[in-house]
Amino acid sequence: MGLSGLEIYKLLPKTNCKECGQPTCLAFAMKLAAKQAELSACPYVSEESKAKLAAAAAPPIRLVTIGTGDKKLEIGNETVLFRHDKTFYHPPGLFIRLKDTMPLSEFEAMVERIRDWGVERVGIPLWVTGVAVENTSGDAETFAKYVAVAQEKMARPLVLIASNPASMAAALQQTDGSAPLVYAATADNWQAMAELAAKHKAPIAVRGNGDLGGLADLAEKVKGAGVEDIVLDPGIRDPHGTLVALTQLRRLALKSNFRPLGYPIITFPGEGANSEEEEAIQAAQHIAKYAGVIVLDHFDPATVYPLMTLRQNIYTDPQKPIQVSPGLYEISNPTPDSPLLVTTNFSLTYFSVAGEVEGSGKPTWLLIVDSEGMSVLTGWAAGKFDAEKIAKSVQQFNVPSKISHKKIVIPGLVASISGELEEELPGWEVRVGPREAIDIPAYLKTWN
Amino acid sequence: MPMAVEIPKEKWTGKVREVKLGATAAEGGTRQKTVTVGGESTLPFLTFEGDMPNPPAIAVEVQDRYPSDWSAVLKAAWGDVLNDPAAWAKKAEEYGADIVALKLQSAHPEAGNTDAAHAAATVKAVLAATGLPLIVYGPGQAEKDNEVLVAAAEAAKGERIALGNCEDKNYRTIVAAALAHGHLVVAKTPIDVNLAKQLNILISDMRLDLDRILMDPTTGALGYGLEYTYSVMERLRLAALTGDSMTQQPMICTVGEEAWRAKESKVNEGVPAAWGDWERRSKNWEVLTASTLIQAGADIVVLRHPESIQLVKQAISQWMAR
Ligand code: B12
Ligand code: SF4
Repeated sequence: MGLSGLEIYKLLPKTNCKECGQPTCLAFAMKLAAKQAELSACPYVSEESKAKLAAAAAPPIRLVTIGTGDKKLEIGNETVLFRHDKTFYHPPGLFIRLKDTMPLSEFEAMVERIRDWGVERVGIPLWVTGVAVENTSGDAETFAKYVAVAQEKMARPLVLIASNPASMAAALQQTDGSAPLVYAATADNWQAMAELAAKHKAPIAVRGNGDLGGLADLAEKVKGAGVEDIVLDPGIRDPHGTLVALTQLRRLALKSNFRPLGYPIITFPGEGANSEEEEAIQAAQHIAKYAGVIVLDHFDPATVYPLMTLRQNIYTDPQKPIQVSPGLYEISNPTPDSPLLVTTNFSLTYFSVAGEVEGSGKPTWLLIVDSEGMSVLTGWAAGKFDAEKIAKSVQQFNVPSKISHKKIVIPGLVASISGELEEELPGWEVRVGPREAIDIPAYLKTWN
Repeated sequence: MPMAVEIPKEKWTGKVREVKLGATAAEGGTRQKTVTVGGESTLPFLTFEGDMPNPPAIAVEVQDRYPSDWSAVLKAAWGDVLNDPAAWAKKAEEYGADIVALKLQSAHPEAGNTDAAHAAATVKAVLAATGLPLIVYGPGQAEKDNEVLVAAAEAAKGERIALGNCEDKNYRTIVAAALAHGHLVVAKTPIDVNLAKQLNILISDMRLDLDRILMDPTTGALGYGLEYTYSVMERLRLAALTGDSMTQQPMICTVGEEAWRAKESKVNEGVPAAWGDWERRSKNWEVLTASTLIQAGADIVVLRHPESIQLVKQAISQWMAR
């Protein structure tokens, strides 16, 4: 929440010396409030004012980074309670918890499995953010050994779970410089844990016991000890309780600008669940309602993939659908006599269709019409994917110069436009394809 | 002394209408139980600042012909009952359904083109087989919808069933049938706050009481438009809570139909191994679509898989717990 021009003015020298390039301090304050000037342009502003202005300019939910490198996780810095109010910016990380009591060889194999899992959806690669290693053994040396394996094999963000500072210290030796999340500072151990996090420049989670006041206290203490990258665990596990607590935390940060709780949140959906299926439902709840880090107790692609799909949905900018560029696409090296299919430039539509065409192995031309990111029927209903638009695209992308026949296949869902399209494209044969992309391979087999 | 934290609370001025489905013998029907949905004066499950008197309900889809186009996962889960809507409805009740959503699919011109008499007989058979309230859907083709829904309304006189879908193009006929026989309607519009409001206005202008309207904002499945449905539902619910009368209808989502159309649930051939086990993945697809839309304000979810019923029910009871 930024300060108003007048509030900023009160913090300036009020000498109107003009060195900042503005006629008065007030004018400069107005520019600052509108983000059209930089504070550094005034040489005379006091250190105290600088600190106040910086604090006020900080986002209500701090941006926290876990890990380093291109697969690091950035969470927090959200600005709204409802995605339709703007958008959600930083999708939560999904971690898998592994314990240091499982046989080391099994642990290694699991880490590799998790690391090697990946999938693409609407052209966007998805992967598991990292693993959370838990010091279930209670032994520092064992923990350090397992963490070292995870660190080396995974080379992605880690969460280190231990209640004993000696274990945490040993583990952090293995991960120096890679900013794992230290989990967790509690009322009992916060001093030692905060010291470790500060020393290793690692973010730290603070765990409360259900009471947000206590959680705020703890976060303030840890901050006082020099660690600012904080993640909150309110210490609640039941589905109703987490929904309420996470909603209240988001509101406190955004509506009350309550700094002591202005941090992203970590959840453990498996701890409040009686089965893997229940864990998935709670993880889905945390994706929609306000988690920044979600630690799962199971790694099952049949669950992780739908959860990541949900995360992609919830974190898509409501103002702009994910789109591909319009044009004539070549799939499997088509020749002039290969079939020509037409569809929209909504990514979901494009990738559904392109995926099936590719899977069929049949060389094919795919004409992508600029439907402004709308699906077939939505585009049709909005006049962005009609006969006229399709005919225009045929010309615009020089289709006739690339193919030797005059046959175009339209999606089955818009069968009703085939007559109009034949009028728009004289001499062409308009063919109605199947309604669902799944049926395209079978259709292409019979195309001639 | 821990720091004092003042929780920001919303003071909502509006509330969702309560809508009751089904009528018992005492109320002129034959249902063993009725289901009331709606009544919220707060966002889903946020009972620290308002009430949520009724938990979201689960309707189970039953069709009046063998659903040959359904995923093999669903066919295997239900078995033989898929050939008989009455047996199917009974089974759904055993699995824990609150409501039976009977779809008269066989009336579709491409699926048998059965007539009004057939529809009436099916509705009667299903009413006899189960004590649950009913929602009856036409096949989704305007002319046939009118034909069979009018017949269904007559056959279920006094049972307070819901007739769907009532859309801008056919609402007059459906609303008239509901008025004549004491039923409810499902008002469906394509993911748009204003269209939803408008249809509610048109329907109430025909003098159907507002406590007889459910609204269907149109469901996009997980990965297939869920985000649009989710946000439009949040907006509708916020409008309801801030006092916009024509958005205060309980919401119903046809989750099963949409989720089981997704490639991820429908087939297992030619899909990446990274998608995981087909059966578990497909159930997750339905369950997570349902649970997420319930978080956005769904009051009824229509489901297809028997295990989804149990799982979503369990989740609802955990969210309702104080
Ligand atoms: C999400 C959605 C929206 C989103 C937009 C999403 C987007 N970026 O396009 C929003 C909320 C903005 C929206 C708006 C509208 N929508 Co809308 N929307 C949907 C919804 C729920 C899902 C659409 C979707 O994403 N499908 C998934 C994609 C992948 O499907 P697809 O593009 O059709 O592709 C599939 C097939 O067609 C096939 N295929 C694709 N290309 C090709 C090519 C060939 C050659 C072949 C063979 C096959 C093939 O493969 C794909 C996978 O099987 C549907 C209802 C539903 N549940 O389906 C309604 C729906 C499409 N919308 C509808 C309407 C009416 C509208 C509006 C006009 C409403 C309004 N008046 O405001 C507006 C129009 C936009 C505008 N004016 O701004 C109607 C269309 C009615 C009709 N039969 O024409 C629908 C069907 C809802 C309904 N039942 O009434 N909508
Ligand atoms: S440089 Fe600083 S003190 Fe001088 S006018 Fe600008 S804001 Fe005021």
